[in-house]
Amino acid sequence: MGHEKLSDSFLELIRRASTTLPPDVEKAMSQAIELEGEGASAASSLALMLENARQASEGSTPICQDTGALLFFVECGPDYRQKEIEEAARAATIAATEKYYLRPNAVDSVTGKNSGNNLGEAFPYFHFDQRDEPGLRVRLMLKGGGSENVGAQYKLPDGRLKAGRDLEGVRRCVIDAVFNAQGKGCAPGVIGVGVGGDRGTSYLGSKEQLLRDLGDTNPDATLAELETQLFTELNQLGIGPSGFGGKTTVLGVKIGKLHRLPACFFVSVTYVCWAYRKAAMTVEGGEVTYD
Amino acid sequence: MIKIQLPVSADEIRKLKAGDEIAITGVMITGRDTAHKYLVETGGEDVKDLLKDSMIYHCGPVVKKEGDTYSFVAAGPTTSIREEPYEADVIEKYDVRGVIGKGGMGPSTLAACGKFGSVYLSAVGGLATILARSVVEVIDVHKLDEWGAPEAMWVIRVKDFPAVVTMDAHGKSIHDDIAALSKANFDRLIAGE
Repeated sequence: MGHEKLSDSFLELIRRASTTLPPDVEKAMSQAIELEGEGASAASSLALMLENARQASEGSTPICQDTGALLFFVECGPDYRQKEIEEAARAATIAATEKYYLRPNAVDSVTGKNSGNNLGEAFPYFHFDQRDEPGLRVRLMLKGGGSENVGAQYKLPDGRLKAGRDLEGVRRCVIDAVFNAQGKGCAPGVIGVGVGGDRGTSYLGSKEQLLRDLGDTNPDATLAELETQLFTELNQLGIGPSGFGGKTTVLGVKIGKLHRLPACFFVSVTYVCWAYRKAAMTVEGGEVTYD
Repeated sequence: MIKIQLPVSADEIRKLKAGDEIAITGVMITGRDTAHKYLVETGGEDVKDLLKDSMIYHCGPVVKKEGDTYSFVAAGPTTSIREEPYEADVIEKYDVRGVIGKGGMGPSTLAACGKFGSVYLSAVGGLATILARSVVEVIDVHKLDEWGAPEAMWVIRVKDFPAVVTMDAHGKSIHDDIAALSKANFDRLIAGE
């Protein structure tokens, strides 16, 4: 695929991510409306969120004005070079900013200057995996700042939470993080958890968990059980949509594990708000499909 | 639904109660992190008259430019608590009658609301497209080149902008109520009961 066509495909990927609520999230919110019950203010908040997403999709305008940081997770075959993929994605990022799919969000941390086009140091961010089969698979997450601020990393054991180096300790960390996120991240959120790793890989692992379909089941039976338990328990906190109270505080919990050093036990929690901007594309034999 | 027309008096604002759903019409101004620091530490003479008896909206919008005209494309609220160190001073110094954002604010803002006659209003987080449509005109912008579009102070005319009073001028905060309720649930979950 030529540079221009690839860049156009990335632009469409960004447009979809910014302006369309993914079907699994929409489904989870519809289920939440039923759970809250007609007439409940939590249900009307959720319905308003879905209406906003519908209008955004119709007009190709961002669901949320904080279009976030662009995180590209790329799997590419031997027929693609990382450099050409990055160049196409960067060109598409500039174009997407010009078309108002993205807010200019890249700010120089020393001078305070906004680059104006979403390009900067580690902006966008790319994560590459090489694969044997030809073609390309790109998953994009637009990660907003409000929800990023409430991410948390714990180092077990944690005396305050009486959290030891076991799954009960992990459970306590996740409940603590979601409790502390109230009033900041836009509830109901989706919670990605990385257990283990070093400080960097642990956080990255928690973000990769967020790329999973909300309706899937964790292949690790122990983690699957913890996900189900935490989903139930977090929704008992009573924070509710927009933090105004209700039965829906989270739409899902996804947990992954990484090997750790004997001395370290990190639990990293990443929060994404209900306006969960993610989209994926597959390029095979010059044909592009989006999901 | 209570209609509020800006500019509005402190007496009018004191009539509002936490939980009231309101629709705001008139001229207000956006301001977030950089603006709050500026308003308290540096100056603000350029927007003093605009803020008086008006409201400040915690928002970093996506703004479209056509010729010399701007319009809001996406404009939901940003997290308000980051401005807690500044907001009480902003309310006092500029006679601001309402602060609009998401997530609520802390004790010093709540005290300032009571002392000076102001309220905190919650807009639904993430409602960017719907809220942008209630911004009917972008009148002016301050500090755009210096701060960039998200941080700039946009002077906007809104029509029936929907929000809920969640902190009133009588010391009531719905956010404090939910925080207390969820803390009890948190303690129960951590204790494993």
